[in-house]
Amino acid sequence: MNRILKWFDDRYPIVSVWEEHLSKYYAPKNFNIWYFFGSLALLVFVMQIVTGIFLTMHYKPDADLAFDSVEHIMRDVSWGWLMRYLHSTGASMFFVVIYLHMFRSMLYGSYKGPRELIWIIGMVIYLTLMAEAFFGYLLPWGNMSYWGAQVIISLFGAVPFIGEGLSEWLRGDFVVSDATLTRFFAFHVILVPLMLCGLIFVHMVALHKTGSNNPDGVEIKKNKDESGNPKDGIPFHPYYTVKDLFGVGVFLFIFFGITFMVPELWGWFLERANFEPANSLQTPPDIIPLWYLTPYYSILRAVTYPLFGIEAKLWGVISMGLAIFLLFLLPWLDRSPVKSIRYRGWMFKSALAVFVISFVLLGYLGTKNPQAIDLFLFTNVRWAQICYFLYFAFFLLMPIYSRLDPVKPVPDRVTMK
Amino acid sequence: MMMRIVFAVLFMAVTANGFAAGGGDENLDSVHIDLRDTESLQKGAATFANYCQSCHGIKYMRYNRMATDLGISEDVLRSNFLQPSQKPSDVMDVNMSEEDAKRWFGTAPPDLSLTARSRSPEWIYTFLRSFRVDEQSNTGWDNDLFADVAMPHVLYSVQESTTREEYDDTVRDLTNFLVYVAEPAKLVRYNIGIWVLIFMGIFTICAYFLKKEYWKDVH
Repeated sequence: MNRILKWFDDRYPIVSVWEEHLSKYYAPKNFNIWYFFGSLALLVFVMQIVTGIFLTMHYKPDADLAFDSVEHIMRDVSWGWLMRYLHSTGASMFFVVIYLHMFRSMLYGSYKGPRELIWIIGMVIYLTLMAEAFFGYLLPWGNMSYWGAQVIISLFGAVPFIGEGLSEWLRGDFVVSDATLTRFFAFHVILVPLMLCGLIFVHMVALHKTGSNNPDGVEIKKNKDESGNPKDGIPFHPYYTVKDLFGVGVFLFIFFGITFMVPELWGWFLERANFEPANSLQTPPDIIPLWYLTPYYSILRAVTYPLFGIEAKLWGVISMGLAIFLLFLLPWLDRSPVKSIRYRGWMFKSALAVFVISFVLLGYLGTKNPQAIDLFLFTNVRWAQICYFLYFAFFLLMPIYSRLDPVKPVPDRVTMK
Repeated sequence: MMMRIVFAVLFMAVTANGFAAGGGDENLDSVHIDLRDTESLQKGAATFANYCQSCHGIKYMRYNRMATDLGISEDVLRSNFLQPSQKPSDVMDVNMSEEDAKRWFGTAPPDLSLTARSRSPEWIYTFLRSFRVDEQSNTGWDNDLFADVAMPHVLYSVQESTTREEYDDTVRDLTNFLVYVAEPAKLVRYNIGIWVLIFMGIFTICAYFLKKEYWKDVH
């Protein structure tokens, strides 16, 4: 065995890579539950690739056949229903995991120096993932697939001068059609997954350069023992591989619970309207994207007034773009001397709470008719406008409140609470 | 602590609404769906073949798959379900042509393979129990759930010759059958799912103790 290993190691750096990134890669010993979601995101990515390959074997990217081929997978292909439900559940669970993973960074200031680039690459992964989900959602060729794509692509029409031409170029036609389906298929199964592979790789390379942050926001590399290893660090393997294995168990229990018991999750993961084939003559009662895109959809619809001679629709598109772009700037908007929420003052804590509430409410309102009243007092669009201001205030006022915030002293070493 | 309360409240708000979101219209009657009730599924299949299939197809369902899943013998399948020209492996398509349908009803009746998923079982159950006489309409019928519907009250002869409870049972069996047709995998997915979850539970407990063993010296 050792001779075989040596033969390979002389020709390829197996041992040194294993040691540098696993068995001698030191991670802080105080990770809590929030630190499961990175490895879980990788797990879901692999699951999506594997189930996606099986779906691609039986799916037909053709406007006349697509819907039928999905039902063929659900009924005639052995275990096809399982592959399809794993893939549709995986899509939503990917976003659940990614949102929690991103929120962890906000809780513990992981985006702050020296980890700005990890955050930026992560944000690019998040955007790419949204594109992947959007392209994939058209493929079943249900009526919500069709009209969702129609609405989102028509947003590009709001861009001055080139808008109409741009959306036509994206669709490959004047309306969403077979041409749109085939190109979305190409993007969904090869272009975007390939991009995600590369991005995830550089995300991890950058992470292993700086090392992980932790719930105390203490740099463990500042305290090393005689052999040069961080005193508050433990080797990733075996400590975090076994710990993540437990996380995988809990996660898959929930994941399979949804897959086998309630794959539609009461309309949140699979919508009723998408069990009707695409029909260019009849829109669904309400056209709404799936839940993971609805916060931005809400921001888009919240802008109802033209301003400075620019129409409301374009302002909506600009706001939506800005809402995502501001996340990229987080490392520079945050001026606090401390990273972790444990040592921040009441200002940042309250601001983060307001942000979470506004983001979740925007997401909820994005699934509802803007003119109806689903909360209380105001119509949904009015609530969305309130949340719109809270969302942007969180980012735009951050340079002020994060500096004024009465912070607590940060310990030298990590704590095990 | 504050964050925890915020999360708890948001989680409850969102999940509570999730349950409501799936229900659809509030004014639909609830129906007891039970796919383990094979007798009910068989009765529903018979009703479908006798009253529905001349106008509505379930083109994603194959006769032999239905026969296997519902315990219908090949003899019964041939005598009661198949047309003389059909094979057991054929899909359960509509018996009339689309041109005739358009001429007779003004519109082709929809395929019902996925109606239980695109609308809901409650919708089907309520719809079939909401026909009323309307002298003004072409068919002589209208529907309280689906105004100006092109479909006549096909089950009228059944409703007329049975009690209210018996008619409700017939419609319930038909709805049950259409829920099965919308997703035949439902018959197996719960049964497999239980074992998968039991396995994941044991796996997770083992992983927990493995982690604990490895971590006992980390302080």
